[in-house]
Amino acid sequence: MSNVFIAFQVNEESRPVVDAIMADNPNATAVYSPGLVKIDAPNSLVIKRETIEEQLGQRYDLQQMQVNLVTLSGHIDEDDDQFTLSWNH
Amino acid sequence: MTVDLQAREIQPLRNTFSHVARYVGDDKPATRYQEATFGAQATSNFHYRPTWDPEYELFDASRSKVVLADWYVLKDPRQFYYGTWTMARARQQDAMESSYQFVESRDLINKMPDVLRDKVCQVIIPIRHVAWGGNMNNCMIAAYGYGTAFTAPASLHAMDELGVAQYITRLGLALDEPSVLDAGKEAWLNAPQWQALRHLVEDSFVVRDPFEIFVAQNLAIDGLLYPLIFGHFIDDHVALNGGTAVSMLSAFMVEWHEESNRWVDAVVKTAAAESEANKALINEWTQSWSKRMHDALVPIAQMALGDKGVSTLEDVFTQFQARCKKLGLSA
Repeated sequence: MSNVFIAFQVNEESRPVVDAIMADNPNATAVYSPGLVKIDAPNSLVIKRETIEEQLGQRYDLQQMQVNLVTLSGHIDEDDDQFTLSWNH
Repeated sequence: MTVDLQAREIQPLRNTFSHVARYVGDDKPATRYQEATFGAQATSNFHYRPTWDPEYELFDASRSKVVLADWYVLKDPRQFYYGTWTMARARQQDAMESSYQFVESRDLINKMPDVLRDKVCQVIIPIRHVAWGGNMNNCMIAAYGYGTAFTAPASLHAMDELGVAQYITRLGLALDEPSVLDAGKEAWLNAPQWQALRHLVEDSFVVRDPFEIFVAQNLAIDGLLYPLIFGHFIDDHVALNGGTAVSMLSAFMVEWHEESNRWVDAVVKTAAAESEANKALINEWTQSWSKRMHDALVPIAQMALGDKGVSTLEDVFTQFQARCKKLGLSA
């Protein structure tokens, strides 16, 4: 079992994304360091558009998170509704 | 000499203001919406009553017959405060500008049949006066309502209504000569089809209860007008008969109505759920205002959609009643 991770700048735009990730991935842990939040999760991590929209109260395009995205590790599977990180061995 | 750069983490002692923390707790930083909204209503130190209305305090919840233990329960699901609202509207304005550019560069207006163009002007232009009424009424809610969660989105909504009036004006100028606006005002003031609606809009200006005017304007008037005119008339009837350009140029109204309905629904639902007394009041307001609005729209539906006008209006009214049921009302 290995971890995937994703890191964002800490600001108002990334907050609903981080909240949505924490809601959708019960095994994920968020570590805040100055200006940065890094979220680790065992095996896989999913980001759902619908959950972000619930947090935000407005429509959201998953591409918007790229603005605040710092780094990530894992294989990406992405479409309009979700963004998944995992290791496809 | 070497300079050593290090990152030091400084943990803030508090995550937000204490007046915000009272509502959302201090365990994590509050959102901008929460900080702009909770605890912002002025509640004390009113030394004098307003000379223009000495029955009430300057900010007084009892101006409305609706009673809520805490007016901050009326949260806006869109989480609009000035920043998010202006950014959302700026994006929509950009989209409208490019629609105008598209329509103008391809001369789509002149490719519409003249009869249809006249019909659109006849039906749409006077509605800018209704939208202006919506601006007045939401300003009234913002001024005399209680609780920032309720009044702040109302003031944004007032500006949105003004924006709709301006978009209609611009649509009129795109469709025809500027005199079309005078003709629209003339019809609003004198044409028999518009008088019931004008009477209703003008009556709404003298309602003194901020929550009643919220129900009348944002639920009943707009809730029936927008689906009928911008939904059935523009997007179905006009677009199918060669007027897609008009549909493009009124896209904001449809989008905005759908979006702001979420706010209107949340406010009505929350207030009605708090007590039976509230529910009865809101029910009565919804029924009487929506009935009047329905009757006022009959001649306009007939003018817009001909023989199908009345049956279309009935469909709109049935859907409106279904929406009210979902909010816990029995209208």
